[in-house]
Amino acid sequence: MDDKTELKGKQRYAAGVLKYAQMGYWDGDYEPKDTDILALFRITPQDGVDATEAAAAVAGESSTATWTVVWTDRLIAADQYRAKAYRVDPVPGRPGEFFAYIAYDLILFEEGSIANLTASIIGNVFGFKPLKALRLEDMRFPVAYVKTFKGPPTGIVVERERLDKFGRPLLGATTKPKLGLSGKNYGRVVYEGLKGGLDFMKDDENINSQPFMHWRDRFLYCMEAVNRAIAETGEMKGHYLNITAGTMEEMYRRGELAKETGSTIVMIDLVIGYTAIQSISEWARQNDMILHLHRAGHGTYTRQKTHGISFRVIAKWMRLAGVDHIHAGTAVGKLEGDPATVQGYYNVCREMKNEVDLPRGIYFEQDWANLKKVMPVASGGIHAGQMHQLLDLFGDDVVLQFGGGTIGHPMGIQAGATANRVALEAMVLARNEGRDILNEGPQILRDAARWCKPLGAALDTWGDITFNYASTDTSDFVPTASVS
Amino acid sequence: MRITQGCFSFLPDLTDEQIVAQIEYCLRNDWAIGIEFTSDPHPRNTYWEMFGNPMFDLNDAAGFMMELQACRAEHGDCYIRVNAFDSTRGFETVRHSFIVNRPAVEPTFTMTRTEVRGRTVNVTLTTNR
Repeated sequence: MDDKTELKGKQRYAAGVLKYAQMGYWDGDYEPKDTDILALFRITPQDGVDATEAAAAVAGESSTATWTVVWTDRLIAADQYRAKAYRVDPVPGRPGEFFAYIAYDLILFEEGSIANLTASIIGNVFGFKPLKALRLEDMRFPVAYVKTFKGPPTGIVVERERLDKFGRPLLGATTKPKLGLSGKNYGRVVYEGLKGGLDFMKDDENINSQPFMHWRDRFLYCMEAVNRAIAETGEMKGHYLNITAGTMEEMYRRGELAKETGSTIVMIDLVIGYTAIQSISEWARQNDMILHLHRAGHGTYTRQKTHGISFRVIAKWMRLAGVDHIHAGTAVGKLEGDPATVQGYYNVCREMKNEVDLPRGIYFEQDWANLKKVMPVASGGIHAGQMHQLLDLFGDDVVLQFGGGTIGHPMGIQAGATANRVALEAMVLARNEGRDILNEGPQILRDAARWCKPLGAALDTWGDITFNYASTDTSDFVPTASVS
Repeated sequence: MRITQGCFSFLPDLTDEQIVAQIEYCLRNDWAIGIEFTSDPHPRNTYWEMFGNPMFDLNDAAGFMMELQACRAEHGDCYIRVNAFDSTRGFETVRHSFIVNRPAVEPTFTMTRTEVRGRTVNVTLTTNR
């Protein structure tokens, strides 16, 4: 008996155990419909398990299958509920790993619910024994499904219009030390950074309402700092007030104070969960609030190449769920990220339509159906001396966050902020003039440092700092090198 | 007080030659260029006066510089900014904006705090002209 061909009729429904392919979860001739949701998994079958059967098993376990034949399948149009594995390719240069393409009929998913989507796609299947490892690499959502989500409450265009900032990346910094400061001391750091030239300051992911600083204290002092800095510069500024809390009721309460004190932006952590994110997104939409998402926790499942979920999939889910900012990597900083792969995440956030781009890890076309664009945030171990690389890699629509690179400046926080702003504006000016910033960048910075002492001090302190480690999550289609 | 709105406020004021280079960048991107001026740079003052409509059919930076000179002659003691508009689907907004003229004496802002509930304050900024 051919164990890759679907059985039909009586033979199919005899009690007992069949191969998943025989149960109808593999169809090498299947042409995905425009309305199907598509997923690409990297599968590493156990020794002796056929790749096609493993792909069929993933399709089965992420849709209708259970381990044995059940007669109750015959009460429904079962074939249409079964996900179909339709293509299996060996991963280039990675023996034992395969890319499995799987199509899901739209009826399998509830509209506007990331929780429902993910309960299917990543619900059970990642613990499935016949696989050594499983990774969700990419997804394609049909326009019909995209339109069931409201997406980012503000989006890049409206955020820039509200802030009156155009033509350059935005600048931010995370308040440090991340834990321990009193509200009053904390607000001081916020004021200094903003007055010195940053657009945003930021709470860190684990600043909520600990014994050293009650959240109301933080909000009140931070907004005093924001408003003073606006008055001293004539320029719009903000602080991402982290409203992450133990319950939705408490999060709404914190959001209300942020609104009452005139904040333009609030912040949440990815660990609050998909439904909480969708709820607070709706609140943000109703309250003119930009919504910043810190991707706290993602490294536990996005980093390893063979198991987990690629961050590009998380970025797609978050654009649907509706956040305005998302941390998407720096490529040049202290945290994991191969440059091409990171650019792929940025494109997911910012393009109206993604084309297939294998070197950047984009496996499917994705039409975003006019869903607003998400502002990516580059944060973690970056400094003014890398400005030319950051501008070249990421362009204008990004928030560049220099936490240590602002607060650790030898001349003080304001000087640190000024150094970053001058470096940025000098680099944008030079790029627009047609200069080759990637090669001339260090000289452009040195020239600006001649009249800007804080920039000179920043370059002297950090100019040679790099985090030059090989990435673990690299592209499968080009040789990659870490940018130093 | 130096107002730091616009793309290049932390750099020394741009020379005309530098302004021309930025205009040429905008033209390469097919953006329409508008000139706006105001005497009130309050951060919530969104609508500065337009010095004519955005220039949609501009061919070179020389034409822009003539307009800018005319605006400076009439409103030399105002802020003047250049806005570049992109009509590409998905943007349809300003893509570049920078100040090209400042008054001899720049205004300051008064921050008025009104105590409301508990320790909450509402803040109002007023331009001192």
